[in-house]
Amino acid sequence: MAIVPKSNDVMTETQPLNIAAIAKDVLFTAILAFLILGPILGLKTFAITGSLALEQRWGMVSVFVAIVAGGRLAYHLLVWNKPQAKPARAISMPTLPVMSFGKYIIPVVLLVAIFLPFLPGVDRRIVDLAILILTYIMLGWGLNIVVGLAGLLDLGYVAFYAVGAYAYALLATIYLPAWFGDGIVPWAFFITLPIAGILAALWGVILGFPVLRLRGDYLAIVTLAFGEIVRVVLINWSDFTGGPAGIGGIPRPSFFGLPFTDGEGGFAAFFGLDFKPIHRIIFLYYVILVLALFTNFVTMRLRRLPVGRAWEALREDEIACRSLGINTTSTKLTAFAIGAMFAGFAGSFFATRQGFVSPESFVFLESFIILAIVVLGGLGSQIGVVIAAIVIIGSFEVFRELNFLKAVMPAGFDPVQYRMLAVGAALVLIMRWKPRGFVTRREPSVILKEKKAIPTDLVAEGHG
Amino acid sequence: MSAAGQDVLLRVEHLTMRFGGLTAIGDLSFTAARNDITAIIGPNGAGKTTVFNCLTGFYKPTEGSVILTHEDGKQFLLERMDDFRISQRARVARTFQNIRLFAGMTVLENLMVAQHNTLMRASGFTVTGIFNSPTYVRANREAVEFSEYWLEKAGLVDRADDPAGELPYGDQRRLEIARAMCTKPVLLCLDEPAAGLNPRESEDLNRLLLDIRKEQEIAILLIEHDMSVVMGISDHIVVLDYGVKISDGSPAEVRNDPAVIRAYLGVEDEEEAEAVVESAVAAAAKKPARTKVAAKKLPARKKGARK
Amino acid sequence: MEYFLQQLINGITLGSIYGLIAIGYTMVYGIIGMINFAHGDVFMVGGFVSLIAIVALGITGGSGFFPIILALVLVVFIAMIIASAYNWTVERVAYRPLRGSFRLAPLISAIGMSIVLQEFVRIAQDGRPKPLQPIVTGGYEIMSRAAAQGEFIVRLSNMQIFIIITTLILMAIFTAIITRTSLGRAQRSCEQDMKMASLLGIDINKTISITFIMGAALAAVAGLMFFLYYGVTDFYVGFLAGIKAFTAAVLGGIGSIPGAMIGGLIIGLIEVFWSAYFSIEYKDVAAFAMLAAVLIFLPQGILGKPEIEKV
Ligand SMILES: Nc1ncnc2c1ncn2[C@@H]1O[C@H](COP(=O)(O)OP(=O)(O)O)[C@@H](O)[C@H]1O
Ligand SMILES: [Mg+2]
Repeated sequence: MAIVPKSNDVMTETQPLNIAAIAKDVLFTAILAFLILGPILGLKTFAITGSLALEQRWGMVSVFVAIVAGGRLAYHLLVWNKPQAKPARAISMPTLPVMSFGKYIIPVVLLVAIFLPFLPGVDRRIVDLAILILTYIMLGWGLNIVVGLAGLLDLGYVAFYAVGAYAYALLATIYLPAWFGDGIVPWAFFITLPIAGILAALWGVILGFPVLRLRGDYLAIVTLAFGEIVRVVLINWSDFTGGPAGIGGIPRPSFFGLPFTDGEGGFAAFFGLDFKPIHRIIFLYYVILVLALFTNFVTMRLRRLPVGRAWEALREDEIACRSLGINTTSTKLTAFAIGAMFAGFAGSFFATRQGFVSPESFVFLESFIILAIVVLGGLGSQIGVVIAAIVIIGSFEVFRELNFLKAVMPAGFDPVQYRMLAVGAALVLIMRWKPRGFVTRREPSVILKEKKAIPTDLVAEGHG
Repeated sequence: MSAAGQDVLLRVEHLTMRFGGLTAIGDLSFTAARNDITAIIGPNGAGKTTVFNCLTGFYKPTEGSVILTHEDGKQFLLERMDDFRISQRARVARTFQNIRLFAGMTVLENLMVAQHNTLMRASGFTVTGIFNSPTYVRANREAVEFSEYWLEKAGLVDRADDPAGELPYGDQRRLEIARAMCTKPVLLCLDEPAAGLNPRESEDLNRLLLDIRKEQEIAILLIEHDMSVVMGISDHIVVLDYGVKISDGSPAEVRNDPAVIRAYLGVEDEEEAEAVVESAVAAAAKKPARTKVAAKKLPARKKGARK
Repeated sequence: MEYFLQQLINGITLGSIYGLIAIGYTMVYGIIGMINFAHGDVFMVGGFVSLIAIVALGITGGSGFFPIILALVLVVFIAMIIASAYNWTVERVAYRPLRGSFRLAPLISAIGMSIVLQEFVRIAQDGRPKPLQPIVTGGYEIMSRAAAQGEFIVRLSNMQIFIIITTLILMAIFTAIITRTSLGRAQRSCEQDMKMASLLGIDINKTISITFIMGAALAAVAGLMFFLYYGVTDFYVGFLAGIKAFTAAVLGGIGSIPGAMIGGLIIGLIEVFWSAYFSIEYKDVAAFAMLAAVLIFLPQGILGKPEIEKV
């Protein structure tokens, strides 16, 4: 009933509501919703003694169809037929005030990041989550070089992450002890980290070379294929990679040679602290924080170097670049290589943190999540990546916290089951709302007199 | 100004470019002298842009050769070089008929990108540059100063920190030329720089071109439809029609060449056509500032050109 | 020889299925220039709906020949309608609002949609693979090798005949639609120049919607056949099949419907022969490597036109 006066309002102020058209549209929506939800949701197949049977759930279907149709009706009455639809649109598209507050936000965020493990109320779970988010921030920053700066669409980025992780896993468990004896193990992480980065960069060049000529969607799909090839090889080359089971028993990092163990010679004993497992977590946190900040620092510096400007120019117009004497081949390859290198670093960190790697961690979905972080943040924006990583990875975590829903929903309801569904749908909606991502300004890399941010509407999306 | 025996910078020999069945350029030969302005004119679709694309390596010619000789005697066979090497080594710069700026980068950044190779060397190919090596810092400062020099010439200093995509059309044209000049070329190829400009913008452009011509040691290849500009500024004109050279010589020679008149106006009465060209040129000559108002633009190809 | 012939038959069967999916990719790419990442999942939905309809109708291998054919025709229709509803909605929700915007946005949106479909099916139908007893059974022995040389019988199953014949019929119908009808003309004109087509009074939105519906209908048939052929389906089959079908579309020349079919056959044959003669584990690597090789060395495909970059 509440809707009726509202619709009367509308009628007096704008042209009369076309009831028949709305009814038709809502009916059509309902039918469509029924077609989509009916068979898959309404008839659940389950196995009984070698064949399949159906469980009918029409009640659920009718609830969802009613929700969809009701939503459509509400939209008709409240949004589309509202007087002055324009301002409503403007309100629904706020611009994030990142640039204007940027000056203060960045130092504050940095301070919080540096002292996070010691802030009151921060427990192991939060530090773990922070480590996860920082890993994705680092991956996002790495991919931002390739996609955001050079404009090369890479859907197989996770392959380099895998190269780094496996490089660390294999070197630390097999090769380093074999070559230099077991004494090397506590130092394995610090020795392997650069090697993993270099190996990943090498793979960046190897995979980058054949795809130099490709553009746009073709580049995306070939990089996707390369990512899958790497994964299939990891699964099937059992002698080397351990196959689907992966590699376990990977040494945990030490505090520059001091292991995080209880008793003599451990980190806690050396510094006269009580042994606590969280010491290692906190150490890992600082390792990834340093790695991520290093990634950011290098990227920011590269942007101000000719190679970084050439990347951005490449994204803007490849032909103009060539007419100015820029070797686009090597420019693209350096972008692939440096982006891959950071993924390699992140991969070794992942391996040492988990103590275990398997091909399952390097599926296409991971590449997509990293790309989504970059696009959602706003291509090329470093702070955008931070925001998007917190939003996306954070929202995954939120689903774990929704346990109260279990109480109100039918038995067997587990919110975690729905997180990918929700994230997929959220991405579709966010792209409609902000196709350019959260941060829609680009910072110039060099200034003559005054700094003016560039609206990203002008910035090209790259063609490669 | 120019004469046959003068120092030849660019020698195009038997250049042919086919796209499938279409012969965009057929057996074209001409030369361009050092420090001269050579205009390439011809109706739309005559193959002028294609000549530029062959010179700058964007198309590989089907046949023929393009030889560029530097003052120190070094020779470059442009048809065999990669496009970016032509700019890097042979020092040929160009602009595009449809402006190709880095729209999302600032005006200054556009000019800095043009100095990529110099800066790349100074930054030790990034290895030392990333540590802010003194060599790189100095080179970077010099590059900014050099950009500023060209910004002044192009009248764009005030807009240095604005995104190139936000500039008005005329400024974009001049920026593209300034950007090409930042590569320190010996040959500058301008593809219809005045197309679509209003009279004021046209004037600014002419000022920039005359300045370049006066102060820089550089040869220019110019594609232009505006006859007043062409006749007034160039030392040497090559006329193309359907990919074939129909005339080649000084402005005076070309102006009186019956073949040119036929191709341009498609009239049989050559005297009448000649009169049209004469009057256009005369009008242009009277106004040294060469404002567009006075310059009658010749029709690209008059409708119903009888063959 | 016998072994080779058998693989040839299997390859053509699989290739027909890939070809049908590929047509959906090729038509959509041709007209709006984007990869419909959710297409593989619409194919998966088609398979699932077929499965549900088969169980609901109670069809088993024991029913007679004509009842099975009739029932399968009914199943195909249901699957086509539902899959079309899916693809139509995907286009409306995820692609149309982003048409002509920043290029990466529709890509993210498309992959997001693909995740939504997979997850929806996984949650609604649980993640376990769904096996079904064979329905179309029997077949013919074409050739056999004596036991002395190692016994081997070349079989052409009724299922394979069903798949190949259905594919041929659908191909004929679709080619006729594209080349003969005004709808096909509208599609081809949108492919050439969308702005111009709209100026000439072609309803672009409708044309694009119909393109999505046609692609989905073919994918649904492919989904049914894929499911009947392998006897099992799950929520994830669309990903791999989709990539392979996209490879087929590119290989044949994007935008070309006969090209998609030829590409599908080639990909099917490569996959089957690779599995038969080299290693079954790396069959997907073969398909992916093929994709990379085609895009790198023959980006215009077999039946596509080469493009020279205009400067
Ligand atoms: N990349 C290409 N592919 C096919 N045809 C081309 C290409 N580039 C130019 N052409 C054709 O070559 C001819 C000459 O074009 P162009 O050089 O652009 O003429 P203009 O003298 O107007 O600059 C035209 O017929 C054009 O269509
Ligand atoms: Mg031209």
